[in-house]
Amino acid sequence: MGMTMTQKILAAHAGLESVKAGQLIEAKLDLVLGNDVTTPVAIKEFKKIGVDKVFDKDKVAIVPDHFTPNKDIKSAEHCKMVREFAHDKDVTNYFEVGQMGIEHCLLPESGLTVPGDVIIGADSHTCTYGAVGAFSTGVGSTDMAVGMARGVAWFKVPSALKFVLKNKPAEWVSGKDIILHIIGMIGVDGALYKSMEFAGDGLQYLSMDDRFTIANMAIEAGGKNGIFPVDEKTLEYVKEHSQKTPVIYEADEDAEYDAVYEIDLSTLRPTVAYPHLPENTKTIDEAKGLEIDQVVIGSCTNGRISDMRIAASILKGKKIDKNIRCIILPGTQKIWLQCVEEGLATIFVEAGCAFSTPTCGPCLGGHMGILAKGERALSTTNRNFIGRMGHPESEVYLASPAVAAASAIYGKITDPAEV
Amino acid sequence: MKACGTVFKYGDNIDTDVIIPARYLNSSDPKELAAHCMEDAIHSTVPFAANVKEGDIIVAEKNFGCGSSREHAPIAIKASGISCVIAKSFARIFYRNAINIGLPILECEDAANDIEMGDKVEVNFDTGVITNLTKNKTYQAQPFPQFMKEMMAAGGLIEQTKVKLGLK
Repeated sequence: MGMTMTQKILAAHAGLESVKAGQLIEAKLDLVLGNDVTTPVAIKEFKKIGVDKVFDKDKVAIVPDHFTPNKDIKSAEHCKMVREFAHDKDVTNYFEVGQMGIEHCLLPESGLTVPGDVIIGADSHTCTYGAVGAFSTGVGSTDMAVGMARGVAWFKVPSALKFVLKNKPAEWVSGKDIILHIIGMIGVDGALYKSMEFAGDGLQYLSMDDRFTIANMAIEAGGKNGIFPVDEKTLEYVKEHSQKTPVIYEADEDAEYDAVYEIDLSTLRPTVAYPHLPENTKTIDEAKGLEIDQVVIGSCTNGRISDMRIAASILKGKKIDKNIRCIILPGTQKIWLQCVEEGLATIFVEAGCAFSTPTCGPCLGGHMGILAKGERALSTTNRNFIGRMGHPESEVYLASPAVAAASAIYGKITDPAEV
Repeated sequence: MKACGTVFKYGDNIDTDVIIPARYLNSSDPKELAAHCMEDAIHSTVPFAANVKEGDIIVAEKNFGCGSSREHAPIAIKASGISCVIAKSFARIFYRNAINIGLPILECEDAANDIEMGDKVEVNFDTGVITNLTKNKTYQAQPFPQFMKEMMAAGGLIEQTKVKLGLK
């Protein structure tokens, strides 16, 4: 029986000819990631193991991005602990404030994630790197600690769902709309313990940024990972950003899937997920008109340059509604600078938006845009759980940057086609 | 090994933001996290942190622990004194975090369907038998795979790693 793309990558990293779904393996890691929330717990566990060094100082990445620039004294203490550990262990890829970005925007841009890699990260959205054809999955702090010590992790080999994306997406339909549509279709545990493997002629119309967004939210369907085949766009991206050598794996033709879904991208509509689960999706036609208090454009899901460009194309020459706070957070320092150089930052500020240094900040209710009781946000982030962005009685609606920018102008959920 | 306690019952898709809201993640101290455990389970009739006692048990429906990978979630539950979490299914990162830190978890659809808030429940980890002392009923949970049993017996992933590295 053939293997899926994920299974092939895992087999190669476990030193096995083949693996099958359900098998428990130990696989070698190409990268171990942590942030300022999860690394402090990992450091405590790492110290318990009793090793002096990390397994490979070039294969650990630590990105303080959640509560940075430090939001309070306790966060500052955590960041200090993380900084001292990174320095003490001579971690090559430690990114200080000023160089850091949102981890899942930053690592691919820094060339640390390439096709064929096995990557774990103590952050659930580590699944983002499936966009470049890597096996990449979120774990907890103890896994991070053991990964840093030994360079291996245990995995149960996942079975897979195949999503065949067909045709060219309709106008204003982005990677975000595609993944929200999929989560709405299969539910927040529709891919539980499984790989989500993407295929089909529709992939040629998806930019790398679209693919990052889609892979990023595999976890919101419960998926272990989301993964794209490696094509010319992938190789071009990797060549531009990385010195590492890509290793290309393809699913076998006779690979087994638990289910195959065909999605005609030309029929999709911009999609909005209602509180309090990403599966509560409605089309823009059903959602438009709902009044909002805040718009957030950014995050590991939608903080990349194409997200900034589309938001700017809609906000150009416009003013946001006087009752709206619109907070824009580019994902990395490089993207921030691109926004300045391309004139996007000027458009945002002239429209009345706040334009911030990179941080996860409001996405997880950390800082930089917390909601009061009863307030409602439309956000390009990834979760709309109870209390996610602030008060337990606030609400978060998830959408694409285009819908978010259009909605900021009118103070209510708006179809970008109608701006 | 057995656990016995009063049940806190929850529904589907209890996410890790509800288990431990991010506003408390500027701490990694288990006791401090436990003080805010389940704080955003705003639809629950029994406030968790104020009522939980050593040995109590959480029972939930499907996809318990979905969302963020924060290990603070199982840490907060464990530090609250919870002896076992029973659910129809667990989100995968929560599942591995619980195993890695030695918080006992069991998948059992029948138990999750039948057990109610406040029931007294006993769990036998060796047999996977869950006994509802209030309703005088038993349910059979999926036993742990051998791999998991070995890790739990070693005292979690860190202790097992020490053995593998010859540090213990």
